[in-house]
Amino acid sequence: MLSDISREVRKDILYQIFSAQSGHPGGALSVADILVSIYFELINEGDKVILSKGHASAALYAVLAEKGLFPKEELASFRKLGSRLQGHPALHKVPGIDAPSGSLGQGLSIANGIALSFKLDKKDNVVYCILGDGEINEGQVWEAAMSSAHYHLNNVIAFLDYNKLQIDGSNDEVMTIAPVADKFSSFGWFVQAIDGHNFDEIILAVKNARAQDKPSMIIANTIKGKGVSFMENKASWHGTAPNEEEYKLALDELENGGGL
Amino acid sequence: MKATRESYGEELAVLGEKYPDIVVLDADLAGATKTSLFKKKFPDRFFDMGIAEQDLIGTAAGLAIGGKIPFASTFAVFASGRAYDQVRNTVCYGNLNVKICATHAGLTVGEDGATHQALEDISLMRSLPNMSVFSPCDDLQTRWILNEIVNHDGPAYVRLARPKLPDVYAEGTEFVWGKGIQHGNGTDAAIITTGVCVVEALKAQRDLIGMGINVRVIDIHTIKPLDKDIIIKAAQETKRIITLEDHSIIGGLGSAVCEVLCESYPAFVTRLGVNDTFGESGNWANLLEKYHLNRRRSKSRNLEITVIYCFSNT
Repeated sequence: MLSDISREVRKDILYQIFSAQSGHPGGALSVADILVSIYFELINEGDKVILSKGHASAALYAVLAEKGLFPKEELASFRKLGSRLQGHPALHKVPGIDAPSGSLGQGLSIANGIALSFKLDKKDNVVYCILGDGEINEGQVWEAAMSSAHYHLNNVIAFLDYNKLQIDGSNDEVMTIAPVADKFSSFGWFVQAIDGHNFDEIILAVKNARAQDKPSMIIANTIKGKGVSFMENKASWHGTAPNEEEYKLALDELENGGGL
Repeated sequence: MKATRESYGEELAVLGEKYPDIVVLDADLAGATKTSLFKKKFPDRFFDMGIAEQDLIGTAAGLAIGGKIPFASTFAVFASGRAYDQVRNTVCYGNLNVKICATHAGLTVGEDGATHQALEDISLMRSLPNMSVFSPCDDLQTRWILNEIVNHDGPAYVRLARPKLPDVYAEGTEFVWGKGIQHGNGTDAAIITTGVCVVEALKAQRDLIGMGINVRVIDIHTIKPLDKDIIIKAAQETKRIITLEDHSIIGGLGSAVCEVLCESYPAFVTRLGVNDTFGESGNWANLLEKYHLNRRRSKSRNLEITVIYCFSNT
């Protein structure tokens, strides 16, 4: 069951961030179900995945370890000196990472380039690109959004992890992105809005996306800190590590299905 | 007489035949950067990204991840400045096989003025890990560099110029990656230079001989990795080192030479280049003269005078 995997992934996200006493729990927990759906249900041989919101690296590492691409014990080294598990994903270190990310706003351009290479090589593969809602404040995202449509890159399937919060507060307080669906539609994208914690909706949206002749944006309505009641919908948990008490409380909630 | 950007465009179209994985990207300047020649021949492998340099570099990075050999071109000021974070965090940190061939570098862009004159690109690009940096001076050297980087897996930055330049090297000249080229064995001074200034240094060398001053000229076509040996040898064998570049004296070839000499063989170095100022509009020849990058004796601080001054001062 994908939900069982997600629970393990969430526990591993918190384990990494607690061990490091550093990291980004809020956005990692909000994007976890999307990554689990991609890696455990949707991905085909040769497809690429770009976590453009690279600060959610703990979620990506948890999923890759769960997939068996590297030993789970290594998660303890997250963000520590000498670790392959860098604060933001690095290329050529961890197996399964297709692009470097961390400086926000760059992933969609990279996805377009990979998608163009697939087209040149007449491959049916797709590129998944996961963007944060704060991330799309970056102008390069909109340059890339123009390019995806211009080159008819229907093999680009983007997710917006729309948890409505960024570091300094809500999207509306920091920089309004609404109406985000209209923005991508007007740029020539096929846009769907779903519940980003509902596996059936995620999988169906990707199925729909694959039938289009244009790039797809799946606006995944999510909850920042999803699965840990005291972290949910709190911008303050964007980049804060839990202390021991909070960590135990969070694990207890996850093991008992809290919030899920 | 040919501009290095023209040599680039022509050679790229030739290489396109031999290497089916080469793809070319431009940011609405294909006519000026001469990637239009490749576009005409291989329209399916050419991608215009519009006036969006960050997306240009990011898309090139993606194509490299997809196994292609992307050449990305625009003016040097935009490739190195506007897209710096993309070059740093995606191309170089990812050690991706992206070739950035940037044209209209330095004052050579001329009339467009300061906004379009890249005087910091060598500085920005050579400080990036994994990046190789090239600055060819003529047609043959430009073609050689392209043939080298296409077979080298990793990021490269090639600094190309706008104006037509005379040939410095004859067909058959052998170039070596990371090795400078020494012209003459003069011991009075060494002029270490690169790109469009090589021809000016060679002119000064000829004129100085008439005055009884024998200088050597060193052409540094590979700025990174830098040929430390040829620089140290010049410091050991000559009385003065003069660097000359169409670039800011901060962070460019002059700084790179000083870094080598400070650590290995301390010597007096006079850096000629644009002296911590922006450029301005004007034709290339006038700009050369105003910013003292040529050999003419019109101002007090031109190349010949500097060499004579350095020589007499020892």
